[in-house]
Formats: sequence, structure tokens, C-alpha cells
Amino acid sequence: MAHKNTTTLFQTLSRLAPQLHPIRWPLFWGFLSALAASGVALAVPQIYRILVNTALVPGNGTGALWVGAGVVLLLGVLEAGLISLRRQFVIVPVTTVETRMRTSFYAHVQRLAVEFHDRWGSGQLLSRAMSDLNFMRRWMAFGAIMLVVTALTVVIGVGLMFSMSWELGLIFLAAAAPIAIFGFRFRRSYGRASRKSQDQAGDLATTVEESVHGIRVLKAFGRGREALDSFEEQAQELQATEIHKAKSLAVFSLVVTLLPELALGAGLVVGILLVSNGRLDVGALVAFFATAAVVAGPVEAMGPLLAMTFAAKTALDRHFEVIDSTNTITDPEHPVQLDTVRGELEFRDVHFRFPDSPEGTTDLLNGVDLTLQAGETMALVGITGSGKSALLNLVPRLYDVSSGTISLDGVDIRQLSLNDLRRHVSVAFEDTTLFSHSVRENVLLGAAEQGESSPELNEAALERALEVAQAGFAHTLADGVETLIGEEGLSLSGGQRQRIALARAIAARPALLVLDDPLSALDVNTEERVMDRLREELAGTTTLIVAHRPSTVSMADRVALLQDGRITAVGTHAELLAGNEHYRYVLASLTEEPRDLDSDAELSGEPSDELGATPLTHKDQGAGA
Amino acid sequence: MSRKDKPARNATPQGTTDEDRVDLSRDDSRAVRQRSVRLLGALLRPVRVRFAITVALVVLSQAAKVAGPLLIAFGIDTALPALTATPDSDPLPLILTGGGYVVAALLASWLTAAYLTATARLSQAMLLDLRLQVFRHTQRLSMEFHESYTSGRIISRQTSDLEALRELLDSGISSLASGLVFMALTAVSIFSLDWITGLLVMATAIPMFLLSRWYQKHSQSAYRSSRVVSARLIVHFVETMTGIRAVKAFRREDANAARYDELAEDYRRVTVRSINLNGVFQPGLVLIGNVAVAVVLLAGGFRVLHSALEVGALLALLLATKRFFQPVSQMAMFYNSFQSAQAALEKVSGLLEEVPTVRPPRHPVALPQASGDIRFTDAEFRYGTGPVVLPRLNLHIPAGQTVAVVGATGAGKSTLAKLMSRFYDVTEGSLTLDGVELRELSTADLRRAIVMVTQEAFLFSGSVADNIALGNPAATREQIEAAARDVGADDFIRALPDGYDTDVNKRGGRVSAGQRQLISFARAFLANPAVLILDEATSSLDIPSERMVQSGLQRLLGAQGAVSGRTALIIAHRLSTVAMADRVLVVHEGKIVEDGSPAELISDGGRFAKLHGAWQDSLV
Repeated sequence: MAHKNTTTLFQTLSRLAPQLHPIRWPLFWGFLSALAASGVALAVPQIYRILVNTALVPGNGTGALWVGAGVVLLLGVLEAGLISLRRQFVIVPVTTVETRMRTSFYAHVQRLAVEFHDRWGSGQLLSRAMSDLNFMRRWMAFGAIMLVVTALTVVIGVGLMFSMSWELGLIFLAAAAPIAIFGFRFRRSYGRASRKSQDQAGDLATTVEESVHGIRVLKAFGRGREALDSFEEQAQELQATEIHKAKSLAVFSLVVTLLPELALGAGLVVGILLVSNGRLDVGALVAFFATAAVVAGPVEAMGPLLAMTFAAKTALDRHFEVIDSTNTITDPEHPVQLDTVRGELEFRDVHFRFPDSPEGTTDLLNGVDLTLQAGETMALVGITGSGKSALLNLVPRLYDVSSGTISLDGVDIRQLSLNDLRRHVSVAFEDTTLFSHSVRENVLLGAAEQGESSPELNEAALERALEVAQAGFAHTLADGVETLIGEEGLSLSGGQRQRIALARAIAARPALLVLDDPLSALDVNTEERVMDRLREELAGTTTLIVAHRPSTVSMADRVALLQDGRITAVGTHAELLAGNEHYRYVLASLTEEPRDLDSDAELSGEPSDELGATPLTHKDQGAGA
Repeated sequence: MSRKDKPARNATPQGTTDEDRVDLSRDDSRAVRQRSVRLLGALLRPVRVRFAITVALVVLSQAAKVAGPLLIAFGIDTALPALTATPDSDPLPLILTGGGYVVAALLASWLTAAYLTATARLSQAMLLDLRLQVFRHTQRLSMEFHESYTSGRIISRQTSDLEALRELLDSGISSLASGLVFMALTAVSIFSLDWITGLLVMATAIPMFLLSRWYQKHSQSAYRSSRVVSARLIVHFVETMTGIRAVKAFRREDANAARYDELAEDYRRVTVRSINLNGVFQPGLVLIGNVAVAVVLLAGGFRVLHSALEVGALLALLLATKRFFQPVSQMAMFYNSFQSAQAALEKVSGLLEEVPTVRPPRHPVALPQASGDIRFTDAEFRYGTGPVVLPRLNLHIPAGQTVAVVGATGAGKSTLAKLMSRFYDVTEGSLTLDGVELRELSTADLRRAIVMVTQEAFLFSGSVADNIALGNPAATREQIEAAARDVGADDFIRALPDGYDTDVNKRGGRVSAGQRQLISFARAFLANPAVLILDEATSSLDIPSERMVQSGLQRLLGAQGAVSGRTALIIAHRLSTVAMADRVLVVHEGKIVEDGSPAELISDGGRFAKLHGAWQDSLV
């Protein structure tokens, strides 16, 4: 994650301005209320002065006293009212802005390409969506307003002090210059520390998330201790940063309290000398220090308020950093509409490399050419890490090709809207992600928005999908298909999860089905049943399926062999088995017996003349295993 | 939420059950509240000295601040007349005043800085303590718990709930301590001036108490719902981000955004509710103070009119009364963050209260060198109070034997693995390793002896080497690379941009599922246990990789049938893996229905023979 911290406070805050524009009046009224509350508090002593000078003389009537007390009471009520008014003005608008920023953050992050999510831990994103925005809200509702009110109080107070004695005022003001310089340094050191602490807190959240998601591994190896140790180390780093941050604030607070106090000490001496010289009267001296006492509170409050402001800036920077990440995979400006999709998929000279792959390495996919006829089932075979999954991810545009084109029915998939493309293409991943919903909702996830979401149709789609994927076990769960699964619900076995995920891909009724080794956790019998049903149900659906096992491959119409980033051979299973050494290496079974079975199959299954007649397009490259 | 619908009239909420309930009965509410306060107390205990020092610093800094005005008074009342005295002008009091003022200022500012730092140290020490407690505890909790409690919830406990505590600690302590000291000192000075006013000021305690009670009652439930709603928001967020591929592939963005909007709006509403309560509470306290000032003015004013009180004294009383109430709004803020932190700690303490169902033994039996002899005797297993999943099992696996377990999906193969790796404990009967009950082995001995590799191969952030080293943190780089070579992972790892030092990124974004399985195999090889359990651990491997793993495995497990080798339990649905086993168990509905060498079972013509036939057919 980039630790850019080059924006100034003003730049960051000005980016907030558009958000604040709609609520500028409530904010202004809130500010006025806060100011008025301070004003009212300052007015009360004036009533005492009047009362003492006029009404409170022994023997006077009680009328004036009642009036005076009444006014004091009234002002007291007014002050409390104004304080509550500030909240009333500000809270709802500010929380609305917070919520709007939070939801747009979520919406934005959700739309960012998978490549972005590969780089960003979800804990890091979470801390930006929650703590940073919470902090920003508190700053807007309280910190920002109080900072202005406090600053104004100080300015007015210093003005009053000048009016009483310019010499003393100057001495007091002289303290302000070093404070400004320290404030500048404080901004840098505190800003840096708060950035670091917020980043570290985000990383810590990521570690927590991993420790929970990887709990099985940690338990299986008994590495709870080590995980705790490294968490402790990380948490201690955060602790050190936080303490460093506090020290930075403490030093600044020290300066902010000390300098005015020193100025006042000097002022006291000078004032007394001035009085003794007759250049100042005692009353003015008393008033000067009374005012200074009023100003001291706000001056002291400046430290924490400024710190809050700098931390809010950091929080905003972190927020905008994500908001500024551009989505690399977007809808085209003028999307092409495909009315009926036949499902012809063509890869032409497709290159792909992960955006952060180092220079000089060859592309993971290095010129893939492959055509799937409409309705055809094509198996994709290659050794572990050959780029099969990457190739599959390109079809629904989870990643974009680095160069070359992928077209659906002759249209570059980048010319389709993402929504349309992903409606036409349905995927089952090797990592099955089920969401915290019922089985029904999980299966109908992609089917729900097909426009014809009548309950009967959905019910039929659900049944069919469960049946094809051999996921009938769902009916035997406690609440049948309404059973809550996923993280918040029942945990299913690997094979069960895969079948639900497969049912989900089928229920979406896509024109093009992309399956990434979807049956790896199934036993042979179940796999065979699924395969048979798939073949019947998906007769008209183009299917691209990654396979590791001969059993999966044999149901495909054709097989494509991915090797060194290219498709080096395409043909039927039998053809490739007979004519391609690398293919045999990748798919030949492990035990000794199957060799006999191979020959059996070749002898009984495919006549040898047909083998010879089929042109193996990439035969030359296929040999180098 | 399923948790919500449970009957309200059950016993006091225990642990995390019902943690989403907001409207607790009186007793339940008190119970969780006490639990939360207990936790706070437990966190404070180890740092009580530091706590005392922090409070002392706060008090001293307040005292130093009070000295300033006193010196000003001294300067005007004493130093000035001494200086202007016509015959013998004396500058000494002036010098004393000036010097004293500087010293007081230095002290006050130094003490302020000191208590700010001390507060941070204190709060950070407590936070670290709690963080580690939560982390340690979640690691200790059994799989049973983790399979039902979302990761998002744990993250929420570790982040936003701890944040609430942090706010309390950072601002609360100093404002509470300084406020109390200030009020106490002021109260004393008021009483010394005039006891009637003193009583009047004390009387305000009644409305303040009532207001606080009201606030406490309402804010408690407001903050409770705030915790619940924020956890929901976090759970949804984490789920979306961890499953982002599926979200995109199935076009869930709009539906998700709508759901998140809803949750965020709920969160906003509960936040506004708690803020608004505070918005009544805090001005309410200010109002009580202001009314008190007016009453003191009236009560004193009458006595002034009847010459029973000096005007100057009344003025002093008024100023003191006003001052008395000054820290009140600060303390209201403290109480506010206290309420918020308490609600958060209710949830955290609930999590900490969860008892691991699989516990390390109190008096472990030492087993430094396991040979790998496993024996189930009349073992039974059920999840919680559910139906029996594994009925009465008797099984002996001698040390060094390689056992394959086959059966249909859901037949109970994984249950066997989970019991042997002690993810769960047997409900009845016994399960022993080398004659020692698994539950009597220390965690260290158990995990050294028995290691399980699952189908789901999770990678942690860090390098490939770090991930392999998880099998044995003490391993050298040579050993790590040797383990990778043994499973055939060396080639692809070396081809990665930084070889073994390549960062595997978030959830192994850049390594395929098969490669992840290879890495997790290397982990197991490095751990080199006496008993190795493989639960569908080769499912995502292609055949060449599987072949590599298998030859490595054969080396690791020792020559077939040799006594010196390792015990292995292999759950697989592929013939190739089964072929290398000494013995095959066929599991059906939790029972072992066939048991014998592969050759025997094939010739017996039972389930395994059929399965074997199907495999053979599937191979081409």
C-alpha cells in the first residue's frame, strides 16, 4: 500500500467540500449555536457586575434581585438550549454525510477489479470503511466546529487584552509565534504518526481476519503460539506508534500551555512595574488577567483539537486513496447488445500477465488461440500453474487480457456491458464461495435477476440445478433449502460446497458455462452422475471446463492443452492421448494397471484410421513435455 | 438472524449465544453488564500502579494550574504595594511572584505532557492485553465454535469494539480524575465560605443522579444495538470482500449495495440515537448547573439585602458554583464513552467466556516420541447434542500403517480425520495414540505427533518460505527447500518472481489452488509427524503433481509395511492414492463396512471392488 502523504491539510479538506456542500447551512447554524453558547456564558458575569453595582445593597427591595436571578436563570437555560441546538443542527446531517461516504466507499470498492482486491487485505479496507469514517464524523460534528469556536474565542480574548494594555497584549502575542512554528512541526510529526498507526491498525485487522480464516491450518499444525507471537509483535508495533503519537501530542501540549503561561508570568512582572510607574491602573491589570484566564482554557484545548484535525485528515487521505483507485475493468461507453447469444467463444492471440509481475518475465498466457463452437464442451488441460484458472477468469472479465481479444459470438467481450457479459457467462470456481444465505438464495444468486423471477419458475430452476449438480442433500438439511449456509450458517463439506456452487452456476442458465475444476472434491460415482446430467442439461450451453482427471475430460467434446502459455493442441481425448506426449504426461494415470486400460481403450474405443485422419493442429509443439 | 429468535426466557446469556439481542431482561442485562465490568477490572489490575501514577499526575497538574491565579492575586495584593511603598521600595516580592509564576507554569505544562503520555501508555497497555487475550482465546476455541461463529464477528470484536474501549481509556481517565479533584476542591472552598450555598450545590446531586440513571438506562440499550448493528455491517463487508470473485461473477454488486445501504442506515440510526441521548444528557447537566447558579444568586442575594452576607462573598460563591459545574460536561463525556465501552466489552467478554469444547489437559501425559499407534475403542461422536454421526467405532491402526478411507461424500470420512487430529473430541469411548488418550496429550506433543492436511489449503500473507515454515518454525532454508522438492513444488516456486521469498498475497491470489495444495503438502513434510492425516489433500492437483506428491509421500511414510515408517490416514476419492495403502477402510453412514488390504477387498467383490471398477473405468 502506498504511503503517500503529500497532500496538505487544505487540499484534503477541500476534497471534503463537495460532501459538505449540501449540509453547509446546518453546519453553519451549529457553529453559530456553539458560538452563541460561549457568548451567553460570557454574558452572565456582566449581570453580576450590574447586580453588585445597583441592586445588591443592603436594605434595597427584592424586586431587582428577582429580575436579576430570573435573567441569570434564563441565560442558563439558553446556554443549555444552545448546546443542545448545536447537536440538533449538526448530528443528522453529519451522520448522513458519513453514511453516504461509507456506502459509496463500499459500492466503489465492490466495483474495483479483482486485481485491486488481490493487493488489498479486507481488514485494511474495513478499517477505512469503519474507524476512519467514524473518526471523520466525530471530527465534523465536534472537532471542526469547536476548533473554529476555540480559535475565535482566543482571537477575541487577545483583542480584548490588547484593548486593556498593548504592552501586555504584545507580550502575550509574542508567545504565539513559537506556537505557530511548533504547530507546523507538530502537524508533520503527528500526521505521520497517525497515518502509520491507522495503517498498522488496518494491517492488524487483516492479520486477525487471516488467523480466523486459516484457523484449520493453525490448529492442524498446532501453530497457535506462533500466530499469537507474530500478532503480538504487530500489536506491539501499533502500540509503539500510538505511544509515539501521544508523545508528539504531549510535547505540543507542553508548548501550547507553557508559552502563554510564561508570557503571562512576564506580563505579571511587567504589569506590576507598569502600575507602579502609573502607566496602568490596577483595575485594568485585574481585567487583563481575568481575560487571560478565560483565554487559557481554549488555548489549551487547541492541542487536542488540532491533533484531532490532523488525524481526521489522515482518515480522509486513507478514504480518498481508495476512492481514487480507478477501476481498470469498466463498462464500454457504447455497449453492444447481444439479443440472442449462441455461445461461440473465441480467444485470439490472448496475452495475460498479472499487472504487478516483474519486468522481463514472460506472460503467463502467451498468445492463446482457441475457438469454442456454440454448444460445445471444451476441456482445458494443463499442469498445475500453467494458467488455466487465469484463462478462465478472463472470460467473465474478472481480469482483462493484457493484449489480444476474447470474443463472444464475434463481439469483443470488452464491448459488452459487464452486467450482460456476466449474465451470459456463469462460473464455478475452484474456491467455492458461498454466502451467508439460505441454500435457495445461494443457488438462485445468478438467476434472480433474469427478469422472469416468478416464484414457480425459480422453484423449478432451483430443483433442476440441485438435481443436475447432485446436490439433493440440500433437501435433507434441517430446514431443507431454506437452511442458512455460508459463514453465518451451517458449514458444509468440501464436496457439498462444490455441488452447491455448481448448482448456482447452472441455475443462472448462462449461454456460456465456465467451470474451474468444479468436481475435484467429489467421489467418482457422484462425479459421473453429475457429468451425465450436465451433458444432458447443457446440450446447448457452451462449456469451458478445467479438468485434472481423465473422467472429466472424457465427457468433453474436445480438449485443449495449455502449455507454456499457449494452446499447443486441440482434439478429442483419444486423439490427444494417442498423439501428444505432453498430454499423456499431464493426464496419464498413476498406477501401473491403467496402461493396460489405455491400450484397451485405444483398441476397442477409437478405430485407428480415424486417429490418423484427424489433423492435430499443434502437433509439433505438443511434444516437449 | 437466527440467533435472535430464541426464547427470551432462557437462563442468563452465556458467551456469544444471543449476543445479537438488545432488549435483555433486567437480570440478564445486569449479568452481562457485570461481566463487562469484571473484564474492565481484570484489565486494570495488572496496570494498577501505572493507573495510580497517571491519576496522581492528573491531580498534580490540576494543582499546578490552580497556583497561577493565586500568584496573580499575591502579585497584586502584596508585590505591587511593596514595590510602590515610597520610602523603601522592595522588589523581592515581585521577583518571587514572577519566578514562582514561571515555576508553576513549567510544572503545570510538564505535568500535562507527562499525564498525556502516561494515559497513552496505560490505555495502550490495557488494549494490547485485551487484544492478545481475544486473539489467544479465539485460537484456543474449538472448531465447533469457529464453524458457527463468523470471522467477521471476531474481526468486529477485535476492531470496532476495542476502538470503543480505547476512546474511554484515552479521554476518560484524565477527564474523570481531573474533574473529580476539581469538583472536590471547589466544594470544600464553597463550604468554607458559606454552608448554605454548599448544601444547595450538594442538593443538585439528586437531579443529576436521576438524569444519569435515565441516561444509563437508555444509552445502555442504544449502545448495545450499536454494537450489534456495527458487527452486522462488518460481517457483511468482510464477506463481500473475501468473496469478491463470486460477487462479481454473479453480479451481486447492486443487491449487495442495497443491503449495505440498509445496514449502514441502521448503523446511522443507532448512532444518532446514542448521540441524541447524550445530547439530552450533557445539556441537561449544564442546565442543572446553571439553575443552581441562579438559586445560589437568589438565596445569597436575599441575605445580602438583609446584610447577612457580604457582596464580595456572594460574588466568590457565584464564581465557585459556576466553576463547580464546569467539569460536569467533561464527565458526561466520560460517562458516555464508558457506556459505549461497556456495551463493547459486553460482547468481547461474551466471546472470552466461550469455553473451548476441546481443551488441553490440565496434567498432560508426556509423549516426546510418538510411534503412531492409533486405537479407537467404543468411540462415538456427535456434534453437540445432535444425532450420533459416528456410532460405536473400534479400530486399531498399528504404527507405520498407511490406511486409505473411502466412501461416498458425507459418509463420515472427514469425521474420522477430525477426531484423529483432535479438532473434535470423541463423545463416548476412547481414542488413543501409543496408548495415551489424545485428550491427555499436551498441545505441543499432540501437534508434533499428528498433522492433518486438508483440502482447503490456506496461505497466510508472507512469503512462500514463511508458509512452508509453518510446518516447523525452526526449520532452516535448506530444510524448507528440501520439503518443497520432496513434494515437487520446488520447480514452480523457483519460477515465481522472488522464488521462495515471493509474497503469496491475499489468500494466495497468485498461486493456483493446485500450487497451494503443494505448498501445504510441503508444510506437512516439513512438520514430519508420526501420524499424517490427508483429508482430500490432493483433490486440486493435476496428475503429474499428484505423482510427485505420491512418490514423496511414499518416501516419507517409509517403505510399505515397514514398522519404522509413519502412520497415515488418507481420505481420497482417487484410486491412485488408495493404491499405495496397506489397508483400506470403506465407510458408510458412519460405520466401517469393509476393512482389508486393497487386493483382499477387490477379490471380495464388495463396495470397494465396485468403486475400484468405477475408477478403473474413469481413468481413460
